[in-house]
Amino acid sequence: MIDLIIDMVLLVFLIAMAIAILRICGMLAMAMLFGLYSLLMAGLFMVMDAPDVAFTEAAVGSGVSTVLMLVTLSLTKSRYEKTTSKFQWRPLIIVVSTGAALIYGIHDIALFGDPQAAVHQHVANHYIAHGQAETGVPNLVTAVLASYRGFDTLGEVVVIFTAGIGVMLLLGRTRRHVRKSDEDVA
Amino acid sequence: MKDNIILRIIAKLLIPLIILFALYVQFHGDYSPGGGFQAGVIFSAAFILYTLVFGVDTAEEVVPERALRVIASLGVLVYAGTGLAALIMGGEFLNYSKLATDAVTGQHIGIILVELGVGMTVSSVMLLIFFTFANRGRPEGNDYD
Repeated sequence: MIDLIIDMVLLVFLIAMAIAILRICGMLAMAMLFGLYSLLMAGLFMVMDAPDVAFTEAAVGSGVSTVLMLVTLSLTKSRYEKTTSKFQWRPLIIVVSTGAALIYGIHDIALFGDPQAAVHQHVANHYIAHGQAETGVPNLVTAVLASYRGFDTLGEVVVIFTAGIGVMLLLGRTRRHVRKSDEDVA
Repeated sequence: MKDNIILRIIAKLLIPLIILFALYVQFHGDYSPGGGFQAGVIFSAAFILYTLVFGVDTAEEVVPERALRVIASLGVLVYAGTGLAALIMGGEFLNYSKLATDAVTGQHIGIILVELGVGMTVSSVMLLIFFTFANRGRPEGNDYD
């Protein structure tokens, strides 16, 4: 019961936040609202018993990415979203049809937490039955991520590493160089 | 924001706690929710908070970019190295059971090492991305201090 109430409060706030993001024009406020949106999502993940995901969402979604957004905003000159008074049909059609397709797709998704769902019939049972005995790690999520699916996680780490290299190559600059020329000007 | 005493004091109080929590999430990840990725982002969040309050230059003295690059690469190396060690000890790549005489102990060692590698890479890459963003456009006189 209490879970249901928390769920409903969080979802209502999510919708309110989404509408607020749509309505607001100031970029700064928008970035902050996106951060709040992520925080609410973290709350929802927590209610769904997924604290690992909630940690990540709270730290990355509402923390790091909001800060990156703010830093980006402070680099650009524009502070307000460009708005047109003309009503735009094409985006509306795309959004409505995508939404309809997603809602249609919901019918095929297994119920939340359904033990008979196909995804829970494959290897999950083995992990649950033998995970702790085989890895000696009580936290099943860690056992699956680090041991059973070590390859996937290695790939993820390499992806993050590559993302870092990409950002440094695209946006980074040799600061020592810049500073020296600054001193020359001064 | 250096002059704002409330921000400075609160940040000074919070940062050690955030780092402590990150370390807990990292090294207690086998028993409680968490792991390398979560610990890495929480760890980097602490330093991002530090940067926001004390400025990029001070933060870069605490965690130099050069060191971050080394740590980011080391993390991937630790992960892949654990896999290679298992390969050398007679198992398959990333089969931690061969890392010790006892399969379960080997798994435990492997998982801790691998999570450490994840944490190192994630935390330093997050900080590197943040510093790279924050350093953009600074010569034009945009100071975040």
